[in-house]
Amino acid sequence: MMKLIRFLKAYRLPTAIVLALVFIQTLSELYLPTLMADIVDTGIVTGDVNYIWKMGGLMLLIAAGGMLCAIGASYWSSKVAVGFGKDLRANVFQHVENFSLQEFDKVGTSSLITRTTNDINQVQQVLVMILRIMVMAPIMCIGGIIMAVSKDGPLTMVLAVGLPVLALVIFFIARKGIPLFKAMQVKLDKLNLVVREGLTGIRVVRAFNRVEHEQKRFEEASRDLTDTGIKVNRIMALLMPVMMLVMNLTTIAIIAFGSLRIESGSMQVGDLMAFIQYAMQIMFSLVMLSLVFVLIPRASASAARINEVLDMKPELKDAEQPKSVDTGKKGYLEFDQVTFRYPGAEEAALSDISFQARPGEVTAIIGGTGSGKSTLMNLIPRFYDVSEGAIRLGGVDVRELEQGDLRHKIGLVPQKAVLFSGTVAENIRHGKDEATDEEVRHAAVVAQASDFIESMGEGYETMVSQGGTNLSGGQKQRLSIARALVRRPDVYLFDDSFSALDFKTDAMLRAALKQETKEATLIIIAQRVSTVMDADQIIVLNDGKIASIGTHKELLKSSEVYQEIVASQLTEEEIA
Amino acid sequence: MSQQKERSPHGHQGSKGPMGPGMAVAGEKAKDFKGTLRRLLGYLKPSRTSLIIVFFMAILGTLFSIVSPKIMGKATTKLFEGLMNMMNGVPGAGIDFGYIWNILMILVVLYVFSALFMYVQQYVMAGIAQRVVYDLREQINRKLARLPLSYYDRQPHGEMLSRVTNDVDNISTTLQQSLSQLITSVITIIGIIIMMLTISPLLTLITLVTLPLSIIATKNIAGRSQKHFKNQQDSLGELNAHVEEMYTGHQIVKAFGREEKSLQKFDEVNDRLYDAGWRAQFMSGMIMPLMSFVSNIGYVLVCVVGGVLVTNRTIQIGDIQAFIQYTRQFSQPLAQAANIANLIQSTIASAERVFEVLDEEEERPDSDKVKQLASPRGAIVFDHVQFGYKPDALLMTDMNVQVQPGQTVAIVGPTGAGKTTLINLLMRFYELNGGQITIDGVPIHEMKRAELRSLFGMVLQDTWLFNGTIRDNIAYGRVGASEDEIIRAAKAAHADHFIRTLPEGYDTVLNEEASNISQGQKQLLTIARAILADPKILILDEATSSVDTRTEVHIQKAMSTLMNGRTSFVIAHRLSTIRDADLILVMNKGSVIEQGTHEQLLERDGFYAGLYNSQFADEGQAV
Repeated sequence: MMKLIRFLKAYRLPTAIVLALVFIQTLSELYLPTLMADIVDTGIVTGDVNYIWKMGGLMLLIAAGGMLCAIGASYWSSKVAVGFGKDLRANVFQHVENFSLQEFDKVGTSSLITRTTNDINQVQQVLVMILRIMVMAPIMCIGGIIMAVSKDGPLTMVLAVGLPVLALVIFFIARKGIPLFKAMQVKLDKLNLVVREGLTGIRVVRAFNRVEHEQKRFEEASRDLTDTGIKVNRIMALLMPVMMLVMNLTTIAIIAFGSLRIESGSMQVGDLMAFIQYAMQIMFSLVMLSLVFVLIPRASASAARINEVLDMKPELKDAEQPKSVDTGKKGYLEFDQVTFRYPGAEEAALSDISFQARPGEVTAIIGGTGSGKSTLMNLIPRFYDVSEGAIRLGGVDVRELEQGDLRHKIGLVPQKAVLFSGTVAENIRHGKDEATDEEVRHAAVVAQASDFIESMGEGYETMVSQGGTNLSGGQKQRLSIARALVRRPDVYLFDDSFSALDFKTDAMLRAALKQETKEATLIIIAQRVSTVMDADQIIVLNDGKIASIGTHKELLKSSEVYQEIVASQLTEEEIA
Repeated sequence: MSQQKERSPHGHQGSKGPMGPGMAVAGEKAKDFKGTLRRLLGYLKPSRTSLIIVFFMAILGTLFSIVSPKIMGKATTKLFEGLMNMMNGVPGAGIDFGYIWNILMILVVLYVFSALFMYVQQYVMAGIAQRVVYDLREQINRKLARLPLSYYDRQPHGEMLSRVTNDVDNISTTLQQSLSQLITSVITIIGIIIMMLTISPLLTLITLVTLPLSIIATKNIAGRSQKHFKNQQDSLGELNAHVEEMYTGHQIVKAFGREEKSLQKFDEVNDRLYDAGWRAQFMSGMIMPLMSFVSNIGYVLVCVVGGVLVTNRTIQIGDIQAFIQYTRQFSQPLAQAANIANLIQSTIASAERVFEVLDEEEERPDSDKVKQLASPRGAIVFDHVQFGYKPDALLMTDMNVQVQPGQTVAIVGPTGAGKTTLINLLMRFYELNGGQITIDGVPIHEMKRAELRSLFGMVLQDTWLFNGTIRDNIAYGRVGASEDEIIRAAKAAHADHFIRTLPEGYDTVLNEEASNISQGQKQLLTIARAILADPKILILDEATSSVDTRTEVHIQKAMSTLMNGRTSFVIAHRLSTIRDADLILVMNKGSVIEQGTHEQLLERDGFYAGLYNSQFADEGQAV
């Protein structure tokens, strides 16, 4: 939590104003009982009605002043807290946008989302509470004690007993209750899980006749939750009555001892009444403080998660003096003894990979899960940096190119087609902002997407929902291909991009692509042998190493791994 | 377990708004407030006695705490009188300590009992509230088992989940806190007014006059801030959506250099959020000072007017003290009551959503004269089957298919052609609109659902596994399977080897998204599960797009082991499966448009032939 305080720096002045205003407001609150005591001790005792009215007027003025201060404090504290949240959010988001995939792997995407949204809101909310209550409560508490002492020093001894008792009561009940609240959250999550599994797996549950079993799981989770709920609420049921009792008994004690003081003439009745009110203010401020202490642990867990993100330094940096590619070697891609190891991994994911891909050629990569295909592809746009060796595009090491410049030359079609909310045309234009309508349409035609786009209600202006949920897998894949095509890059990367297409579309698409990408370098990862059969070179990956390189015909003769793969997919006649 | 996001902002769990206090929650209104309330109250009936106890405790506890300030005032008055007499030099004057001690002792007793009653009330209420909610959840639980599958397909899962958890939770909180608070608040308000009247009608009038002031102020501000709260909520939603989208698509954002654009959008929304946010915060922050100012006005008036009245000897000094305490106590239950009214609105809305689930139409119960299959062979006939998800839009108008025992049926067709519809009908997840399906001559709607489904084994592309050990997941196929049988099934499914390479073997716990094993491995587990179930009829989905080729070989082998000797329906993606099938069903747009063997269908030169040839075309001119 403390580390995030630096984001408050920009708000130093408003924060100071808030503190000052709250201070004045508290003083005004504390001054009122004293004035009331004056009314009693001077006005009523002497029967001076004028004095009473005068004091009343003064009290109103002070109350009004206090209100104005409070409103002012609310204004500034809102600006501070919400502004703090805004700055923090912007900082985190910007920071994360600079992350490479490596950092994403480390934290996890969904966790990053939670940290940027919920966690920051949590912290912001607690900051509001702090500015409103935590500032006020201590001032109120200390101020109240000072005022009480000024009314009658010895009587303060009653508070010296009452306050610690109250604090202890709050402390003990909270210590029993808070862990139970946490346990309850865990049990609620468990129930959620059971319900969610029951919903998503409803077909399987019913198909295997396990409805009763699922019911029992639900019942168990529900009973567990209920039992904890009862326990928690019964403990918390103690809090209010006991707190009130302590406060009330303190008041009685004040009257009892106060009357003795009055008898001996060391105190006035009005002062006693004021004293009672001070005691209440002090105790209430204690209760409020305890409320904040419940909130702070929650916020500090959030703060720790946010800090963790902010402290992560993106590992990929642009070179000090970026170079630009050799125009003579445009699209020429070379892997030179590349080894790559995920951070912390013992085994290299890729080792000693060397090959060259030239413009106008198709390089296909095939291999089993975990053989390193996608990793290899991720190295080209520099989502990760190689551990050893070098990758050169157009004759220049990719690490010496500016990242934006490098990626501008690459058209990536990922395995899982990711689209963004926006129109179809906008999605295609993500490949090239300034693409004309003609270019967008052309890309769609080549990607075999124009038919279904035009059949949709508003054609290219149809809205794609977040995550593209209103499109089928094949449609998304084709849009994602169109997005890469419109870029007209030097190098195309297709990461198993045809898997969701049926045979017919797959065939047509590849025929059209061939025309379109004549001058570019193509790298294709595929599962189907039929997709890679005609490639200029096929790289067979096995356990992160190149098992063999060659054409379909060559590999059929020489590569055992390739033969296995082929045998698993095609019948005899198809191989020939 | 395909649901990935834990904290997706479903439903109304954020009804208090992720920022700022939950003031003036725009109440979601119930459609039938009275009816729902009555029904909800019905759940309280079994705890009638306890409720009466709660009620009495609340009344007594509140009464005691209301009476106390006035009694305490008496002590102060006595003190003051004694003091005045001493000052005025009345002979033998002094403070009547006996009297004061008595009063103080009475107060101690009152306060102790008041606290005790309050505690007992809360304590008993905890039991009642949780009990009611438990019953409600149990009802839902039983209901979920009887709802037809069409309901689940229609309802978004998040929505259902939110009803079972958030809505029920909402009801629980209200029962626990708001109900007794409502009782005590009302009693407190009435009680205080009465007590104040007995002291001084004039002062009471003055105090009550300040009330409308605070109500007007609160309403006014709440109304204005509502707009900002809504704006804040909207911007926040938009911002969260943007963050989620950009983070999940990070690779693409990078690949296409969209970072700048993404930041621009973020800043723009973030600015809007800030604007609405601080305004909403400020407005709601203003309510407290205003309220306390109004209450201070009352305080001052009581002091002044009370002071004047004391000098007139109309009231006693202790009365002022009591009055001050009353005015301080007054505003709290008032604000509470207003808040609770809102809460009850949203609770009733929650209850209504829960009751909606409970009132959903259930599956047609199993027929009385159920027929049984002594030794099922697996002959299946679709006899003039009519079906549509909506009765007025039939997909199948007259479907006839005959499958002999042990045959393999391949189902082919483009995505969305309705291949899962067939499964839905076979397993009677959905009811037919006409015609019938028979197994070994017995119509499936005359069989027990449980019995019917026990004939089937299912391996779908969407591999559903649950959060538990691998052993338990396989054993899901059959109740009471022995360890030996489980391992044998895993071996037959070619899963045994990979399971043993996991750090804890069969005891490995699959995490919530089952992301600790690969997609292909998951599929092997579902095959093992089906093998263990040892069904007569199989339904398989061949789609293994996300599986590497070698695992695929394993899956392929496991599937053929499984299909041996059983009637099998295969959603086919592999040419060899299709060609070797005894019967091919070609589906398009929700219905079977062609059927026959590979040769027959090629000869017909229809839709199937088109599909098939396009594949051979690609053999010639692949990239």
